Parts: sequence; C-alpha cells; structure tokens
Amino acid sequence: MKTDIILAGVGGQGILSIASILGEAVLREGLFLKQAETHGMSQRGGAVVSHLRISDAPVAADLIPKGAADIILSVEPMEALRYLPFLSPGGYIVTNTTPFINVPNYPDVEKLMEEVRKQPRFVAIDADQMATEIGNKRASNMVMLGAAAPFIDIEPEKIEAGIESIFKRKGEEVVELNLKAFRAGYQFALKNR
Amino acid sequence: MQNLYLGVEAIGQAAIDGGISGVYAYPGTPSTEITEFIQASKLATEKGVRSKWSANEKTAYEAALGMSYAGKRSMVCMKHVGLNVAADAFMNSAITGINGGLIVTVADDPSMHSSQNEQDSRFYGKFAMIPVLEPSNQQEAYDMVYSGFELSEKLGVPVMVRITTRLAHSRAGVTRKAEVAANPLKLPQHPSQFVLLPAIARQRYKSLLQKQESFEQAALASDYNFLKKGPDQALGIIACGLAINYLNEHYKNRECPYTVMKLAQYPIPEEMLHEMEQLCEEVLVLEEGYPLVEEAVKAIFSKQIKVSGRLSGILPRDGELNADLVAKVLGLETQEGASVPELVVNRPPALCQGCGHQDMYKALNEAVDKYSKGRVFSDIGCYTLGALPPYESIYSCVDMGASITMAKGAADAGLIPSLAVIGDSTFTHSGITGLLDAVNDKSNIVVVISDNESVSMTGGQESSALGKIESICAGVGVDPEHIRMLVPMKKYHELMVKTFEEEMAYEGVSVIIFRRECIQAAARRLRTERKIKQNPKL
Repeated sequence: MKTDIILAGVGGQGILSIASILGEAVLREGLFLKQAETHGMSQRGGAVVSHLRISDAPVAADLIPKGAADIILSVEPMEALRYLPFLSPGGYIVTNTTPFINVPNYPDVEKLMEEVRKQPRFVAIDADQMATEIGNKRASNMVMLGAAAPFIDIEPEKIEAGIESIFKRKGEEVVELNLKAFRAGYQFALKNR
Repeated sequence: MQNLYLGVEAIGQAAIDGGISGVYAYPGTPSTEITEFIQASKLATEKGVRSKWSANEKTAYEAALGMSYAGKRSMVCMKHVGLNVAADAFMNSAITGINGGLIVTVADDPSMHSSQNEQDSRFYGKFAMIPVLEPSNQQEAYDMVYSGFELSEKLGVPVMVRITTRLAHSRAGVTRKAEVAANPLKLPQHPSQFVLLPAIARQRYKSLLQKQESFEQAALASDYNFLKKGPDQALGIIACGLAINYLNEHYKNRECPYTVMKLAQYPIPEEMLHEMEQLCEEVLVLEEGYPLVEEAVKAIFSKQIKVSGRLSGILPRDGELNADLVAKVLGLETQEGASVPELVVNRPPALCQGCGHQDMYKALNEAVDKYSKGRVFSDIGCYTLGALPPYESIYSCVDMGASITMAKGAADAGLIPSLAVIGDSTFTHSGITGLLDAVNDKSNIVVVISDNESVSMTGGQESSALGKIESICAGVGVDPEHIRMLVPMKKYHELMVKTFEEEMAYEGVSVIIFRRECIQAAARRLRTERKIKQNPKL
C-alpha cells in the first residue's frame, strides 16, 4: 500500500499537528513514512505545504512527484487548488470551505469553490463551523483529518490512537473533543464523498 | 520503536548519542532546529552538554574548536551562508587539525526557500581539503554524525556534514545507537599543533596534504559510497547524497537497469570512478547544488565518455532537484495533475499583525518621504520584509551586518542622509564592528536598531543582544545624546517621525533603538505564564 498526501494551509494554521498524528499512527503500524515540512520564512503568513508519504515499503523521495498524490488535504480552499498539479488522476481533494484571508487580492470564495467542484473527486466541509458546534473551533484540524481518513489506508481506530497519544498531555477533555471532531469529519466524508 | 525525527533532529540526537560535550551555533534556517533539539533534550541536560546560542557563526566555530583542543567532542552548526562568516576559522581548523572529534554541520538551501543565495558547501569542504559527509536520508544523517566524531578523531581533521533544506525539514523513522561517553579532558599531544605561525603552519599544511590519500581511502571503504552494476551499459548514474532518492523513486525495489554509483562521503574516491568508467558509455551526474562532482568527473574520465548533469545543461543549473526532473532526464513517463486555476493568488510572507517593525517602517517612510528614494540599507531578519508592499522602505539586504557598513559607504560617497535598519541579534552578530568604523570615520549615518528582543525569523531564539544594545553603542563611541530610545507603537508615531528628522539633521553617527517585544514571543510568553498560573507545579 501507499498513500501520498499533500497537506496544505497557511503558516500558523497548524497543518503540522495533522502530520504528527498520522506520523504517530504510521510508526505504530510498523509502516514507513516520510514527511517534508515548510519551515522558515514562509511561516510568516505564507502558503505552507507538507508532503506526507506513507507506505509498506521504504519511501524514496521526501517530496511527492507531480500527479502522484492520493489526497490533497487542505485546511483552506485556495490552498487546495494551489497543489492541483500534484493530484493523481484518481486522487481526492479534501478541503475546508472556510477561507483564511490575509492578502488584499484574495479571490471570491464562491469562485474558488466552483473550481473545487470541477474536480472529479472532492469532499468540501466547513470544518470551522463543525468544530465550533462540537465545542471548540480549534478542533477544525481534527475535523479535516477525519474527513480525509476514509481515503487513507490506515484503519480510523489507529488514527484515533494517534490523536489520543498526541493530545493526552492536555487532558481527557481535550482528547475527547478532538476524537469527536475527528469522528464528525469522518462521518461527513462517508456521506458526502 | 523508531523515533520520528526531522533530519535536523536526527543530527541533534546523533550528536548527543555520539558523545559531544557541546554544540555551538547561531540560528539560521534550515539548521536552527539541530541546536534547539539539543537544548530541549533531557538527556543532553543530564549529560551537561553545553548548548547556548553563540553571537555568530565565527564565535561558534572557534568555541567548538577550543572544545576540541581540550580533547572533547563538539559540533558546530550553521546555514550555508553562516560558513562564510566562520570561513576564517573553518579554513584554518583544517590546518591545525583537531584533538577531540569535531563535526561542522552545514545546511544548504537550494531553491533559496529562506536564504539570499544557494551556495554549495561541498566546495568549502573541498577548499579546506577535509572529508565531507552528505546523508541521503534521516537514518544516514543520524549514523554519519554518530560515527563522524570517531572519523574526525581517526583522520585528525574536522569533518563536514552537509545537508540541504529538504532533508533538514523532512521527518522519517530513525533507529538510535548506544550512547557514547564523553571524552576526558586532554590537551593536544604536540603543544604547537594549534600555533599557526608560518614555520609551523607550513608543516601543518604539508601534513594536511599528506593526509589526503587517507581521506580518499576512507571514502573508498565507506559503506555510504557504493557502486551497483546494472545490466544496461548505455548509461551510468552518479547520485550524490539526497539525489539517490530521486532516482530510486522511479524503480521498484531500487532495481535501476543502469550502473549506479552512490556518493555520500567525499573526497570523491577516484578508484570507484575508474571502475565505473569501464562499465558505461555515458554518465549522468545527479547532485544537489553546484556541479562539483560533474566537473571532477569530466576532468577524470576519458574524453570518449559523455558526462551530463547540471553543468551540461541537461538538468537545471539552479534550484532543488526532484523526482520529476530526474524522470525527464531519464526519459521516463511523467504525469501531472490539473493546472493551478488562474484565480489562485500568491501569499507572500508578511510581518505579523501588531509587529513593532511595522510601526517603525511607517514612521521611517514618513520621515524620509521628502528625500529621493534609495537611502535605506537593511539587513537579514523579519524586518527584511519591509522591502515588500505595503512598506517598500529598504533598498538592500546582502549579508549579516551589511546595513550599517553599506550606509556608511554610501554616506561617505555623499548620499546624505543614509540610513541603516538592522535587528537586535543581527547587530550583535555582525553590526558592532561596522558601527565602530562609522564612529571612527565620523560618518553621517542614522542607524535604526529595530529591537524585538529575540531572533524572530528563525523562530524566536534568545538574542545575544538582550539588554546590551545601548551600552554597546555607547562603548563603541556613539555620542550618548544621539542614542535615542523609542517604543514602536501607533500612539508614538509623531514622536518617532520627529526623532528621525532630528537625527537625520545631525552630522555624525546616530543610533535610534526601537524596542518592543516580538509579537510572537509575547504570545508564547503569555501562554506559558497562563499555564504556570493554572498549574504552579510546572
């Protein structure tokens, strides 16, 4: 098996917490992983991307080749489109519909969503709204991870174990909130894929 | 279970496990997290590994060399351009040689993700005539650093570990090795080893030249280098460091039909090249950075064999390599997803909302508006973003400290007023000596020190300048009446503009210090304080 995921967002949006949870789950499974991150200048509000490669055989390149990503998981709609050249013909876009607007010329959100809907396979989810309803907007990343989970070759229970492991220092309540967010995203994706 | 480590973290852990007594560094992307990892490591603290930030790469390098002199293992880390700063110490340390094992880890930044150039540090390794290790993955990065101290002690010289951004900031599973105890304190065997007086230096240099053969033998025997014969003789491929991954990406079970030479320990073992020469009709060199190996191979191989790579133009001369570029060169099929819709716009990095540099630039722009443009020289840090809209305030960013000295040169030439904008940590890194020059020469400049009390662009490390700037400026000889202190906030805008005008009118060296805590550092501090309040046991 192999799952190549492009994680996209804006510096400070916390896409790396999604990556670290998946990393934890992957190592527990005895699978191989490479995960390239963006550090440095772009973290100051620039576009950031992480390439996450999971496989049952050793992974060669740290970056996903063009046209090879199984999933683009984006916590922001414009960033989902920025990496389209990486998406494989059978790949999925899983994107948050809440925009992160920090540039004056940010395009019309409805037009961005039209572009997303033009793609053959996508899940569009208002993760901020869903996380707020569950109890805390900050759990929106876990909603997004849940929404991508049906397309990742790891059982959702194993990813949940990763969530527990990463958040356990912050207490039972935080773990429960994030698990709930993950499950809500997961159910949404099953119904709306 | 394996540890999930970034390349830089693997290097930090390997240095601890490999028995260092100290790490020395100045922050610089993509090398910063090596030292941060060691600073945060409980194991390193237990072992008493010294890890505080140095003022710049040169002081870091010299301190690491001093630790080696005393018999202990040490590591010094920097980004590629940091080695320019440390170059004097670096070049001469190859001639003094080492006592305790010394590794210099240099992180190059091809594609200039966070840098002003993409120089290839392997050339520095060749220039100094020392061995260079170039890991191809995170585990190799760990292994090379772990055993690199022993290699350094065996060969008697510092060893360079050269990584690039891609490996530095990519995570993978890494298996650790048994911890090595620190070396005992022990002076060099020969008391003159580190005394590079010409008569001694000539001897030491001869000894370095004599050692070259042993360096090449070590590279030939190294497990990191190998030659794997392939059935197809039409082509041979030399893949250096990380580049082997971009080749392997295209072959299941790594079964490339061509002969492949993996090169990860330098100097280049010529014997391996001669073996390769017999096995293929043409050679392709895959290397990250400048065409160091391609040039060398062209010089060694007979003229009948065509050599191609970045130098021949078959691969781009600049930027990072990747699997797609390698596929194209090999004539392999590639695919690309849909193109990026036109409405997607760029998101350039920007100063954070509420950052003090913003208020400083607004006042500066207003104060210099009555003059022609092109009078503000700047430096390397978050405030370099002042070159971009909406500020467009600065006209230079060259190297650490160059703002003050370039403003001085321009003022000497008659461009009055000339201003310099420099950050607190960049000032103590390389600005002080330039300020001294300006004072001694009575140059007519205004130096703005935009002091946010941290090294912010690299993630908020502790600044060597903290609490010392005014006294340094006065000590260097700036007239205390022209060392002005301001708080960059919207409500002080008029005062800031007026202060600029007053100091631009003064014929001499003025320093205006704008001091306000970095907004990111403030947020981190408040979070920690809140946590401690909630749980005083922390």
